[in-house]
Amino acid sequence: MDLENTFKTGRWCKAIEVKDFVTLNITPYTGDHKFLEGPTARTSKLWDICKDALKEERQNNGLRDVDVNIVSGLTAFEAGYIDKESEVIVGLQTDKLLKRAMKPYGGYNVVKKALSEHGLKPNPVVHESFSKYTKTHNDGVFDAYTDEIRKFRSLGFLTGLPDNYARGRIIGDYRRVALYGINRLIEGKKEDLEKITGPMTDATIRLREEVSEQLRALSDMIEMGKIYGLDLSRPAQNGQEAVQWTYMAYLAAVKEQDGAAMSLGSVSSFLDIFIEKDIQDGKITETDAQEYIDQFVMKLRMVRHLRMEAYDQIFAGDPTWVTESIGGLLIDGRSKVTKTSFRFLNTLYNLGPSPEPNITILWSKNLPKGFKDYCAKVSIETSSIQYENDDLMRTSSNCDDYGIACCVSMQELGKHIQFFGARTNLAKTLLLAINSGRCENTGTQMVDGIPFIEEEYLDYAKVIDNFKIAMKEVARVYNEAMNIIHYMHDKYYYEKAQMALIDTNPKINIAYGIAGLSIVADSLSAIKHAKVKPIRDENGLTVDFQIEGDFPKYGNDDDRVDHIARDVVEHFNLELEKLPVYKNAMPTMSVLTITSNVVYGKKTGATPDGRAKGVAFAPGANPMHGRDTHGVIASLNSVAKIDYKDSKDGISNTLSVVPKSLGSTPEMRIENLVRTLDGYFGCNAQHLNVNVLDRDTLLHAMEHPEDHPQLTIRVSGYAVNFVRLTREQQQEVLTRSFHETM
Amino acid sequence: MSPTENKLIVHSIESFGTHDGPGIRLVVFLQGCNLQCKYCQNADTIALKGGTSTEIESLVKRAINMKTYFGDDGGVTVSGGEPMLQSKALIPFFEGLKKEGIHTNIDTNGLIRTAEAKHLISELADLVMFDVKATTEEGFKTITGAKGLDRLLENIQLREQSKKPYWLRYVLVPGYTDSEESLRWLIETFSENNHLEKFEILPYHKLGIYKWESLGMDYQFKEVEENTPEQIERAFEMLKPHFKDVIVK
Ligand code: SF4
Repeated sequence: MDLENTFKTGRWCKAIEVKDFVTLNITPYTGDHKFLEGPTARTSKLWDICKDALKEERQNNGLRDVDVNIVSGLTAFEAGYIDKESEVIVGLQTDKLLKRAMKPYGGYNVVKKALSEHGLKPNPVVHESFSKYTKTHNDGVFDAYTDEIRKFRSLGFLTGLPDNYARGRIIGDYRRVALYGINRLIEGKKEDLEKITGPMTDATIRLREEVSEQLRALSDMIEMGKIYGLDLSRPAQNGQEAVQWTYMAYLAAVKEQDGAAMSLGSVSSFLDIFIEKDIQDGKITETDAQEYIDQFVMKLRMVRHLRMEAYDQIFAGDPTWVTESIGGLLIDGRSKVTKTSFRFLNTLYNLGPSPEPNITILWSKNLPKGFKDYCAKVSIETSSIQYENDDLMRTSSNCDDYGIACCVSMQELGKHIQFFGARTNLAKTLLLAINSGRCENTGTQMVDGIPFIEEEYLDYAKVIDNFKIAMKEVARVYNEAMNIIHYMHDKYYYEKAQMALIDTNPKINIAYGIAGLSIVADSLSAIKHAKVKPIRDENGLTVDFQIEGDFPKYGNDDDRVDHIARDVVEHFNLELEKLPVYKNAMPTMSVLTITSNVVYGKKTGATPDGRAKGVAFAPGANPMHGRDTHGVIASLNSVAKIDYKDSKDGISNTLSVVPKSLGSTPEMRIENLVRTLDGYFGCNAQHLNVNVLDRDTLLHAMEHPEDHPQLTIRVSGYAVNFVRLTREQQQEVLTRSFHETM
Repeated sequence: MSPTENKLIVHSIESFGTHDGPGIRLVVFLQGCNLQCKYCQNADTIALKGGTSTEIESLVKRAINMKTYFGDDGGVTVSGGEPMLQSKALIPFFEGLKKEGIHTNIDTNGLIRTAEAKHLISELADLVMFDVKATTEEGFKTITGAKGLDRLLENIQLREQSKKPYWLRYVLVPGYTDSEESLRWLIETFSENNHLEKFEILPYHKLGIYKWESLGMDYQFKEVEENTPEQIERAFEMLKPHFKDVIVK
């Protein structure tokens, strides 16, 4: 099939423009979910094998198998299958299901540590190579880190920085392989390379080297396809191939890289065009179409990276963030919902609930009702999906072809990448303001120029002045760390396979983040509206705070404190925006914690809001547990006041409700959840995780994990298998506000 | 504290009310009740003391902030306690909401007959939900501690005559309010009413006991068992043919 004679032609025929192809050829679907089919026998057979393998993995301390001899790469492993005869979509990261691979370019020590935690060692040749001859990203970063950065890092002001693991977050436009075939992509990159000429500045030299690397990756991708008997050099010819080709492109990325988040992008409605054509031509049935998607999704669920235990503190539950964004509108107002959007959601029934792929609904008030209702139903029944505000993101960036990197971050597909930057601890930053710039735990001088507060009761204006100094300095150190990290990542662990599927000179944003927003807001509110007396030790460091009187708390739709939260976000973002960034990336910020809210809490002393030392923070932009006492909407409205313009990398919020609180009948629950989403996003909020669960189910799962292997719960921006969390993290989930009606 | 014209004495606020009227609602639970029902689920709202004096303006603002969630039929419900004890202050509150185009609803035991309460019932409220506690004066007294069925019926009649929609809510207490006779009385008394939009059967349950205990009060209905599914089904089947919309909560 010649694609140009099969589909509506346009700009996509002349240039690499997948978006143009989608816009011209999409068939929006406005009906309900009744057309969907169950899994085929082949799919069920495969999934049974996967379930057994997953069980083995859980029983084996989270590692079913790992290859200690081969350094992963696109062509490093032989073909791997679950059960070859039953697979319509093939390809595994290694030669065996759930077998992990070493990717030491991010940091060799991490690989060694991860293996040793399971009593294993890398093969001596690999060991020699990476300890003597091959420098990694991690080595590079620590060569350049200043003492100051190290101090901020080790005392917990900056945490989770991608300085010893891969940064991830870059989304290759995996659809390109299906639409164009790799030969055409190679041609394009060669043309680009020819045009990158002198004068040979740093930037030009670097770009020439990068594109050459990309060309090598494209050739490797063709070879990788051959291992599975696939000819990826040409475009996909039908629905099955479109799915297969797209998956192969993604597979290349996860063979090469083990970034924290390896998002898929937004492929469902692209694939739908090929599938719909086959259905129209009578070549396949709905059952076939669902089988492709079920098996594709099954493969995505089996993606694994080798991680050490310490990693679990920031990213609990072994997530991979295969984030697939579904829905949204085109700029011309048509819906991007297709039947394949439904088919993706249907995998949560055909294969059961699952945290991965991280299904993200791009919500618009104008999405078709049938789709909105189905999403709500899926949320209520599986707690496996999250929502982001398409109306807000599409209009503010004038873009309708984007994916979500990791949890909440918008990224235009094939045109834009981001540099992931974890986050800074804003609650500890506030404590600097009250402790004359010293770490509250160790007394280490972190920031100069902050006067000691002598007064018995904290004065709001003084604290704010000091806090501004602290924010400015923390932003400076944070920015320095980020520039070093991304410089080195490009140098030692460049994402050549993914970047080969992205325009040669993409837009870049640097993605800073903050944690502890609700603590900061409540603390400042207490200082302003009640009387707060710091209790200090003999060195003058705060060990506790006495609060006299009540104060407004973030999470109750009360402007007196919500505006404090909003202003803090705005201010810190402005400080970050002032600083120079590597590759001239655009600074952006997120309010997101992943699961690091627990470890951040541990590293943070008592705070003026009455939170005791060591207590976990609320996740993301969530109000602090139990302080949002006016019900769901008041809580949502507080978060919605944080201005997206100040936090363009995303504002994560997690809502947990018991089923009954959504309404008394299943229909009412669906209707009320749809209204809640319409309402929240109607207030220009950006992101919402939805959990609909009874606390008892979670308690039961803690005691009887074997009965709940697929129980999924949304945490900050992603989902996890509840039984794969540590007990401490499970407890933390349980202490969160589960909204019940009175 | 006593209510003043621009303040309401609030027990608590639920911004995600999905059980007190149509759609998603801001439910303002007001402090204080004129009755003391044996099964009251909000025993902590009964006392006339306590509560937080809250500016009406701030409550209206709260409702305005929720407009995007209300959809076609959501809005504000005042509940309690007995909201009509603060009928005077409810008038400016509802007028403020009306100005904003926000749907208003009162969840009331229907005994209070002040001029303001009558105005709310006959004019101002977009919806009134009357609790029918019992079907005889004796039964009413047993459950609520006071007589008052006659006043309730007068208020329902007032609403009916004003041609505005209202709902009835009926707690099905085994051995007290679930006899065939009681249900027949409900049918005879209300089935001809044209503006009765919905009849809600509320199964009896003891979820509120812990509140009584924490207040050091004696929960006298301890011995009363919760309804069996058959009892609920029977009541539902009996009432269903006689009203526009009968639902079991
Ligand atoms: S009328 Fe309502 S609030 Fe008052 S005592 Fe009875 S059940 Fe409780």
